Amino acid sequence: MEERNSFLKVIVFQLNGKEYTIPVHQVGSIERVMPITRVPGTAPFVKGVINLRGIVTPIVDLRERLGIDAARVNEQTRIITAKVADMAVGLIVDGANDLLDINKEVIEPSPEAVGTENLEVVQGVVHLERRLLVLLNLEKVLSIDDVDDLKKVKL
Amino acid sequence: MDNNPYLEVFIDESKEHLQSMNDYLLWLEKNPEDLSIVNEIFRSAHTLKGMSATMGYQDLSKLTHQMENVLDGVRNERIKVDAEMLDIVFDSVDDLEAMVMDIATGGAGNREVKQVVKMLEGIETGEESTTFALEPDHTANTSVSLSIDEFTRTILEQSKEQGQQNYRVEVTLRENCLLKAARVYMVFEVLEQLGEVILSVPTVEQLENEEFEQSFIVLLVTTSDMEEVEKKIHKVSEIDRVAVAEFLIDSRSTELSSPEENNSSELVSNNRKSEEETASEKTNHKQTGNKTIRINIDRLDALMNLFEELVIDKGRLEQISSELNDAALQETVEHMSRISGDLQSIILNMRMVPMEQVFNRFPRMVRQLSRDLNKQVSLSIVGAETELDRTVIDEIGDPLVHLIRNALDHGIESPDERERKGKNPSGKLELKAFHSGNHVYIEIADDGAGINRDKVIRKAVSNHVVTENQSLNMSNNQVYELIMESGFSTADEVSDVSGRGVGMDVVKSTIESLGGTITIDSELDRGSTFSVQLPLTLSIISVMLVEVQKEKFAIPISSIMETAIVKKEDVMSAHRKQVIDFRGKVVPLVFLKEVLEVPSSHQEDEYFSLVIIREKDKMAGLVVDSFIGQQEVVLKSLGNYLSGTYAISGATILGDGQVALILDSHALIH
Repeated sequence: MEERNSFLKVIVFQLNGKEYTIPVHQVGSIERVMPITRVPGTAPFVKGVINLRGIVTPIVDLRERLGIDAARVNEQTRIITAKVADMAVGLIVDGANDLLDINKEVIEPSPEAVGTENLEVVQGVVHLERRLLVLLNLEKVLSIDDVDDLKKVKL
Repeated sequence: MDNNPYLEVFIDESKEHLQSMNDYLLWLEKNPEDLSIVNEIFRSAHTLKGMSATMGYQDLSKLTHQMENVLDGVRNERIKVDAEMLDIVFDSVDDLEAMVMDIATGGAGNREVKQVVKMLEGIETGEESTTFALEPDHTANTSVSLSIDEFTRTILEQSKEQGQQNYRVEVTLRENCLLKAARVYMVFEVLEQLGEVILSVPTVEQLENEEFEQSFIVLLVTTSDMEEVEKKIHKVSEIDRVAVAEFLIDSRSTELSSPEENNSSELVSNNRKSEEETASEKTNHKQTGNKTIRINIDRLDALMNLFEELVIDKGRLEQISSELNDAALQETVEHMSRISGDLQSIILNMRMVPMEQVFNRFPRMVRQLSRDLNKQVSLSIVGAETELDRTVIDEIGDPLVHLIRNALDHGIESPDERERKGKNPSGKLELKAFHSGNHVYIEIADDGAGINRDKVIRKAVSNHVVTENQSLNMSNNQVYELIMESGFSTADEVSDVSGRGVGMDVVKSTIESLGGTITIDSELDRGSTFSVQLPLTLSIISVMLVEVQKEKFAIPISSIMETAIVKKEDVMSAHRKQVIDFRGKVVPLVFLKEVLEVPSSHQEDEYFSLVIIREKDKMAGLVVDSFIGQQEVVLKSLGNYLSGTYAISGATILGDGQVALILDSHALIH
């Protein structure tokens, strides 16, 4: 039991050449890009909504949310549907193809030198041999307060 | 008893009867002379008594029984209807309500009712002891009485004149009789050969359901003599005793006691029941024309969910069939669409309930509250027939109660104060419900003190709801909205009625959770109006699909007046807004392309396609690029993440699987 608990299963995805992860228990599914209906009056990183098997799901461009240039959709682009605090949201990422078990002990809390992104959305970083994985805090990424703030700024 | 399958029905029906008792009592208060109202109350009390006795709720049946006695006295004009009497009866209804609620929440329905029962007894005996002694006496003697109403009496009198005999036949079955209902049936068959059964106690239905002990009584009109009747009935097996006696109709209370000894007190109550039922025979006949069954709301919800999926698939099928262009397929799909349309209106209708269900408890509440607060209030209710989805109805009751309490407590002033202000000492409270567009509006308007802006601000500042600086720039409406912030209460003193500091914020959040809004309008010393706007139905709506550039949007049909195409040069400019003259009215234009920030992809032509929408008396013309057509869609929420998006009330999934946004005409008009 203990051994299992010390590992965190994560989904690894790419954004702008870097690798990010979110815990697998927050992920609903990984989808190919489908037609998105734009919703006016939302924050710029909200791309709109999709019909995810009968459920209208908002889509966030994770690159824009983290302050990276807008994504160019290609064959690799994926939508990761994530569920946080009763909200189902789809995240556009450059690609998602890896599932890892991470030993919790190797997660480093200090997110320095990660780069351009907003620091508070980073929960920690993981050094794995030659890879550097950024563990995102989805609650913060999808924080409604934040969204509201952004909306206000825009108005 | 908890697992009793009838419990739910019992609770539902008890509530209904209590409600109708309340209604009629209020009516009676206004028309104390009208004894037909008393009959109605009596009926409800009686049914309630019977039901609670059957279910084993002793206190409940004890209290209703006593109430019934009083009502009976009123009916027979032995007891006068006055305020004191009504108060006590109202009190007892309150007690009954409390007991039923207790049962509903899993309790045993026990309650100390002695005092109320005493008070009722006081009314009963205080007014008239001699004549009224009839009934308790008979109960004590455990004799069986049989009462008849005017109608039956006329029949009996007529038959007498025609030389027929009126017999009172009491049949007692053997104790070990197995098929009571069958025996009853056989007895009735015999009786009907002999003559005509005018009345039976218990009623035929109860007899058929074996809802009686061992014996029952019938009133028989026949030409045969007593012996013959007795003999013939005895031919039916398992009959213990048959007693035939002449029925005399001269006594005023038209009751007749039986020489037989019978200790079934159940029968006494049954007698009363039958008396009641015969009295209301005519009404019952009317009601049977409209049969209803009770359905658990969960089942209706499940039905609705399934139907929603069907609607989405139907949309898809329609699209596929128009692409394939196959005549047979198109015909079938068209037929299916029609059926699904009918099905939908039935399902939606099943879920619609008139506002009355919520409103009808308010007259009683206002009466009580105005007494408690020593205020004079006249309540008027408009539009109680307005229908709303059941789920909304269920939720809206408590917020409305709160708003009414507030209006009475904080709004309407005491009679003295009103006179000082030069107003009618009696305050007015108006409750109004009406449809407009795809919404239902409920307005609670009082002509009381209104909201004191300064007072609200002072309070809000001292409670740290807003800062002083913020308050300076607030519009009146913004200030009024402060009272719906949590932790806010404007009453100087905390009273029982309202002002516990919770409430208005709960009211607001409840209404918002239903997809509604609440607005406050107020004028100092003139009164306040709380206006609640609610969506008519929650799931399937009819929309018009329009195209703006390359995007599709849905506009609820219910808010559309019509569509129009106007030339560009017909558009005028007024107050820096673009307007058109539409049938003599100036209608402002709303360019959806700009409002919705639609990316431009092609040039506009020289005509504007307009969708004219309306809300109450306001209109607006939405400028679109093309009309696609009308469609039934399933309303879907955009989810928590995007809630509160401007001008968008939701989304829907179209036939091609894509999402289209549904425009909020309310926001677009304002």
